[in-house]
Order: sequence, then structure tokens, then C-alpha cells
Amino acid sequence: MPAGLNINFYAVMPEILVTALALIVLVLDFFIRKNKAALGWVSVIGLICILPFAAYTNEPYPVFGGTIIADSFSAFFNVIFIIAAIFTILISMDYLRKIGVDRGEYYHITLFATVGMMVMGAANDLINVYVGLELMALSFYILVAYRVKSSRSVEGALKYFVLGALSSGILLYGMSFAYGAAGSTNFMEIAGALGKGDNTYLTLGITLMAVGFGFKIAAVPFHMWSPDVYEGAPTPVTALLSVGSKAAAFAAFLRVFTAAFPAFQADWSSMLWIVSAATMIFGAVVAISQRNIVRMLAYSSIAHAGIIMIGLIVFNDTGLAGVAYYLLVYAFMNMGAFTIVALFRDKGRFENIDEYKGLSTTRPLLAFLMALFLLSLAGIPPTGGFAAKFFILSAAIDAKYYWLASIGVVSTAISLFFYAKVIFYMYMKEPDHGAEIAPASGVIYNIVLFCTAIGTVFLGVYPAPFIDMAVKAVRPLLM
Amino acid sequence: MTGLTGFPILSTIAFLPALGALVIILFYKKDWTDLIKWTALGTSAVTFAVSLYLPLTFDMADPGLQWVEKTVWIERFGISYYMGVDGISLLLVLLTTFMTIICILASWREINTKLKGYMALFLLTETFSLGIFMAMDLFLFYVFWEAVLIPMVFIIGIWGGARKFYSAIKFFIFTFVGSLFMLLGILAIYFYHGKVTGVYTFDSTILSLAPVAPAVQFWVFIAFFLGFAVKVPMFPLHTWLPDAHTDAPTAGSIVLAAVLLKLGTYAFVRFTLPMLPNASMLFAPLMIGVSLFAIIYGALVTIAQKDIKKLIAYSSVSHMGFVMLGIFVFNIEGLKGSVLQMLNHGISTGALFLLVGMIYERTHTRMIGDYTGLFKELPVYGVFFLIVVLSSMGLPTTNGFVGELFILIGAFKAHWVYAVFVAFGVLLGAAYLIWLFQRVFLGNFRYAGGHGLKDLGLREIIETAPLIVLIFWIGLYPKPFLNVMDASLTKLVEQVETNYRKGNGEVVPPQASLGAAVVERKVE
Repeated sequence: MPAGLNINFYAVMPEILVTALALIVLVLDFFIRKNKAALGWVSVIGLICILPFAAYTNEPYPVFGGTIIADSFSAFFNVIFIIAAIFTILISMDYLRKIGVDRGEYYHITLFATVGMMVMGAANDLINVYVGLELMALSFYILVAYRVKSSRSVEGALKYFVLGALSSGILLYGMSFAYGAAGSTNFMEIAGALGKGDNTYLTLGITLMAVGFGFKIAAVPFHMWSPDVYEGAPTPVTALLSVGSKAAAFAAFLRVFTAAFPAFQADWSSMLWIVSAATMIFGAVVAISQRNIVRMLAYSSIAHAGIIMIGLIVFNDTGLAGVAYYLLVYAFMNMGAFTIVALFRDKGRFENIDEYKGLSTTRPLLAFLMALFLLSLAGIPPTGGFAAKFFILSAAIDAKYYWLASIGVVSTAISLFFYAKVIFYMYMKEPDHGAEIAPASGVIYNIVLFCTAIGTVFLGVYPAPFIDMAVKAVRPLLM
Repeated sequence: MTGLTGFPILSTIAFLPALGALVIILFYKKDWTDLIKWTALGTSAVTFAVSLYLPLTFDMADPGLQWVEKTVWIERFGISYYMGVDGISLLLVLLTTFMTIICILASWREINTKLKGYMALFLLTETFSLGIFMAMDLFLFYVFWEAVLIPMVFIIGIWGGARKFYSAIKFFIFTFVGSLFMLLGILAIYFYHGKVTGVYTFDSTILSLAPVAPAVQFWVFIAFFLGFAVKVPMFPLHTWLPDAHTDAPTAGSIVLAAVLLKLGTYAFVRFTLPMLPNASMLFAPLMIGVSLFAIIYGALVTIAQKDIKKLIAYSSVSHMGFVMLGIFVFNIEGLKGSVLQMLNHGISTGALFLLVGMIYERTHTRMIGDYTGLFKELPVYGVFFLIVVLSSMGLPTTNGFVGELFILIGAFKAHWVYAVFVAFGVLLGAAYLIWLFQRVFLGNFRYAGGHGLKDLGLREIIETAPLIVLIFWIGLYPKPFLNVMDASLTKLVEQVETNYRKGNGEVVPPQASLGAAVVERKVE
């Protein structure tokens, strides 16, 4: 039971700081007329300064009547969100100039989306989960449509909006059932009120909420929006969608299901088992036939979501920590891959995997980095992607989910086809006749690529401290 | 047992090549071809020189691991950076460091494009292969096992022949999928061992002390089998091999044959036998059957080949069948023969690929019909080729004879029928090799390309001669080589037997009766 109202602004300091930063950028937007990239720099520097505050963890500390909880879990995810936001904004500055919509509000909307993610990670109450999710989603509806001149972008935004609104509605519907059954929206009170009397409505609530979260993490069969949206959106936004939005949805997913419904673990885990298996296989199989690199990465992202779900299903400390660790690694490797895609994609060029042929001769360093990120996504040691998969799979085997682990392995094996295809195209094929030479990377891109590559390798070669952090992060969930 | 007190000699050997690769990648310009070549050669030569420290300080009476290095890597999962070499792996480590020099020499003139990447990848292959032979922690082993794939795939895919793209992707997918199942097996044995004993560790020496229940072993064996057998390669998982060999550049073929094929058989000896003794016994008849089939089938397919390189590639399937047979007859002679034959196959088949590369460099064809009577035109080359062919056949005084003899004895001890198959396989091996020699080297010189051919130059003689020396050394005086592995293998056989009993002592599953039959047969 939350003891009193307990108003404490220190506990939500990271959220407040990012909000303040967003407002500062909003105001600056009126004064800086020409060089909108300056707003991006303000955002990046601000976020870097906020990062230590966000990383600071203390004991689980429910505040504001227990609706928000500041603990190692929220801190871990805050770091993921802020890192993802920093990388996104860095690569956006050049990208926006390239697509000809260099406007200021992009930056503060991105920051508001980040605040939404952070609220989702720290929420301890269904209402706050919803508020955070909507703040994030509304920001993304705008960002996805940012390539206003491209019909694809608008189409993607509309799809995202309609389906996102639908999924929010379903989530809210599920929350209302949970509230009706438990008499509270607070996770701890829900957990305390459960198991008494008829659970029909509660089960319905849990199912509907799983559907709502399934939309956000793009789990099969709620994944339909993601390839179109990923393809249509500006590439940096796609990167943030696939890394930040997914991590936020997983954070809330984990928090809600472990804090509010641990008593129903047997029920929801068997339901999620099927979803996870379908997601892993479907995502990997469909990705094989993709010719567009962004769609390929979109389906690969679906397959990854399926594997990450295993960690939630097995519901032990290794599994949950595996989810956190996987999302951290994913923030680096997927962000890295999307950075290169963002660099190359321009006016309909470098959309298809074919156009990556022979990249190793024209841009050896970029080809090498792309290969590194793809190998990590494929889960080949000694990269971070391997350590993350190892983490999740070992949790599954520990909890005797042998079939799920096997399906995860099969999905990984299938996914090798499409990752290796890009690598092989870059290294073993000659460029098509008259093909464009890929653009060179500027300083900012190099910084982002350097950081993401270091992260990808380091999390694989020396994962021990980060594994400990992830384990510490999920400890509040199992209490 | 560390030679120099606390000095990480094994890590030094393993990571020296990676250091060389790093230097080449970071500091050299693309067109500094001579410097790149000499640096690569120098790195591999220094690595070999340092690795010679191992046999010089090796304690033959000690069956355990020597020069052990162990530090915690990921504490939460009980993963450590654990390196060690014993009598089983010592020769393979030396083979790797030695053959890499030959490989780099063989690439001296063959590779002209993207030389920088090529040499760096080659040195990385060496590092990862050495890591596999030295790693005693299953997790570390797996990391190296997967990592070695990447440089090899690129070597085939970038510098390879006609169908390089197809061959590279086939090699990649076969081995990667196999290893993934191996990973599941590793995790299963890790957790099962942890639950039973309370010690969660990937340390293979601890895991080998107390085998898990036979029912678990059954599944882990299948998982390990899928990982290891692809690399060996065992029938029917061998189909990537001829493609990979045919399309790889010469040095790629050499390293594939000499080092990468050994990884699978080594892993069977190192991990499968002591950790899964009951399952190994249970599966032994099947493994022996498949090996015998591979010996005969591989040889028959080899006879039909028209491309010399493909012919040698298929002969590997047959040769590795011998090695697998020696492992699964469960006696000291068989195992000794197997480990020695791993070395021999590395030397002989490596030398064959090297020599084929030389003729290909001159004629740009490897088809048997395209030239004949080479002996008259290229006498030095012909003599070298003849010696290597005879060694590959297992003629007395060459290395192949010693290895095959031990395997034959081991097989005979297990069952006389096995020996009959082995003898038949040896016969077929002689047939395809001699027929190859006759068609290519004997008779009057004729070459479709028209012009005459130059005999071997100094560099080519230098790179072949050491292999010839080794062929005769092992053939005439195999004692030092056998002595090195003696203690470790004796201990291994004992360990397998005690572990087998231990495994049976807990719960005797109905399947184990089959395995017991093998033991009884061995006692006779």
C-alpha cells in the first residue's frame, strides 16, 4: 500500500529535466531562425548532461501516491532511452537537411517522445503507463509523417495513427477491466487484490493489455503496421521507433505483468508463448524475401521482439535481466545499422539491398561497420548480440522452456540468411553497372557509428558489468 | 605447471596473429603490398617460433593441462577465460601455427586483389583456430568456434573461384546452424550440471568430472553432434565441403583441410567423450557405421571426380571417416591413431592442395584431362606430388601409414568387421590416388594450353619441403609424436570408462545395454 501521497520531485528528476530541455528547445525555436541544427546540438548536449542523473539509481522508491516508482529498473531503461535519443538527434540533423524539412519542432517532439518513454519505464500505475504511452505515441505520429513530401511517409503515419489509436484503445479497455476486477489502478494494489473471487474479467483485462503492448512491440499478429511505418518514416525516426519505442513498450510490459499480475504468470506466459514463437518464426521467415533494406530490418526487428519476449515468459531473474540487457545491446547494434541506412538513403536511392553490392570497395569502413552490426544482430560472437541472445536462451533453458529456446535458435538460424545476404552483397559482389557511389560519412555520422560500434563490441567482449547492472535493474520487479 | 611463472604463453601465441592483423589493417596503406606480405609472414613465423616453446617445455609424463591460464570472465554465469594445452591439443596447435606460414607463402603470388584484408583475415583465422584448440571453457570455446567462421567465409567468398558466393553462403549456413544446436547442448549440460551439483560452470574439466544423467546425455550428444559433425564433416553433413574447397583460394583450401576440419574431430575427443560417455557408447555403433560408410562412400565418390581439387576435397570425407572411426572404437590405439591421423591429414592433404594450387597457377585449369605426363616436364613437382600422394595413401615410411595402422589395430580390437572395411577403404584410397597420379603425371607430356610449363621455383620448393620432411619424420620416427599424446590419451580413456560407470551408476536407462555391449567387446 502506498503510504500517503509522498510528493518527491527528486525521484522524477530525469523526467523533469528532459521535459524542461524540450521546453527550452521549444522556446529557442522561436529565436533561432536559420540554423535549426543548433537546436539539435542543444538537445544533444542537454541529454548528455541529463544522462548521469538518469543513470543514478536508488532503492525502489514509490512517489506521488505510488503512481511512479524510481528504481534501478527505470534508471536502466532511462539510460537506454536517452542514449537512443542522443543518437537519433545526432543523425537527424543531417538527415532533415537532406529531405528538405529542416524544422525546429522535430527536436522537441523527439524529446517529448523520450519523456513519454521514461514515464512508461517509471510508471507504477496503469494510468501513468497510459499517459506515458500516449505522449510517446502522439509524438511519433508527427515524427513518422515528417517526410511531408513523400506519400509513403504520410501513408505510414496514417497507418501508425489509426492502428496506434486502436491499440491504445484496446490497452485502455484492458486496463478498465483490470481496474474493475481489482478496484485499483496501482500495480501493487492490483497484485494484492487478486486471486479473490471470479477472475474472468481480470483475465480478459490481461489479454487485452497484452494485445495493446503487442502492438507497440510489433509482435505477431499485431505487427502489420511496422514494415510500412518503418519504411515511410524518416530513417532516424525509424531507428528511434525500433529501439526506443520498443524498449519503452517492453519496460511497461515487464512492469505491468510482473508487478501487477505475477499471480497469473502461468496463464499469461502460456498465451505469450504462442505469440513469441509465432513472432520469432514469422519475422525471420518474411524478412528473407524483403528487397528493401528498411523493410528487412523491420521484419528482423519483429523477430528480435519475439526472442526478447522469451525473457518475460520464463519469468525468472535471468530472463528479465536478459530482456533489459538485450534491449541495451539492441539500442547500439540496431541504431548503428539504421545510422548507415540513414546515411545512404536519399531520394529513392539505396532503398534496396541490391544497391549495397560492392560497398566494401567504395566505402570499406562503412561496409565493415555495417557487417559488424549485422553480425551482431545475427548473434555471432564475440558481439553484443550474441551475449544478449545467450542471456535469453540460457534463461529459457534454465526454466525448462526447451521448445521455446529451440524455436529461438531456429529463428536465429533463419535470420542468418538475410543478414548474411547483405554482408555478402557488400563484400562478394561487384556493384551493378552505373550504380551510384554511396555517400561518405561526415563527422557526426562517424561519431555515432564509432559509439555504436564500440558499444556493440564491448557488450559482447566484456559483458560482465552490464550483465550485473541488468540483473540489478530487474531486482525490484521480482520483489 | 606454467612454464614461465605466470606468463600467459598460450594467450600470447593465440593473439599474436590477431595483433599482426590489427597492424596490417590500421597502419598499412592498400598499395604497400610487399610490406603487407612480409608482415603477415613475419607474424606467422614469430607465432610459430613462440609456439615451439610449447614442445620444448612440455612435460610428457603429465596427462593434464599445461600452461594453464584462468581468469573470471563473466562471473554470473560461471564463465572464465580458461586456456590450457595437453597432449591432445599440443600437436594441433603446432599444426595450426605451422600451416599458417605455408598458407601465407602459398598466397604470395596468387592473391593480388584486396591483399590487406586477405592477410588480416588469414591471421584472424589462425587466432580463432588456436583459441578453439586451447579453450577449456565451453563458452570461450563456443565464442572461438563461431568466430572462426567469419574470416573463413570471407576468404572463400571474396577471393574464391567461380561459384564463390554459393560456396561461401553454403559453408556459412551449414556450420552456423550446426553450432547453434551445439550452443543449446552446451547450455543444457551447464544447467543440468548446475542443478545436480550446485556448481554452475562452463569449465570443461569440472563438467568432465561428473557426467550428467544418461537421458540428458542423449540429447546433448545429438546437439553436440550437429555442431561438430558439420565441421568434421561427417556424412551426410559433408556436402558443403567439396564446394567450399573447390571455390576457396589455394591457401583457403589448405587451412580448411589442415586446421578447420580438425576442429570437429578434436571437439569429439575433447568434449563429447569425457562429458557424454554413456551417450557416446550408446551412439558408438551408429557413429562407427556412419564412419565406415563415409570411408567407402567418400572414396567411391572421389574416384569419379574430374577436378583435381574436388577429388582431394572428397578424399577428405573418406579420410576423416578414418579419424572418426578411431575415436568411437574406444581404445587407446584407435584414439592415438585418430589424433595422429588428424595431424597427418593436415600435412598430407594440405600439401596436396598446395601442389594443386601450383599447377593451377601455371595452367589455370584443374581438370584431369587438360594435361598429362607432367612428370617429364616438371620433375621436381612430380616427385613432390608422388611423395604426398603416397603419404596420403598410407604407404609405409610415410606418416599416413602410422596413423592408419593404429586406427586399423583399434578397429580390429573392437571388431574384425570394422577392420575389413578400413582395409577396403585404404585400398580404394590407393586406387583413386594412384589413378590420379597416373593420369596426370605419367605418359607423354601433353598440355592443352600449348606452351611449356616451368618447374617449381625456389619459393615453391621452400614451402613444400618442410611438409615433405614432416611426412618422412612422422613416417620413420613417430615416437616423439606418439609420446606427446600418450599420457593424455591414456587418462582420457580411463576417464571415459569411469565416467561411463558413474553415469550408469545413477540410473540405468534401457538404452545403455547397447553401450555396455561395446565395452564388453573391448574387454575381450
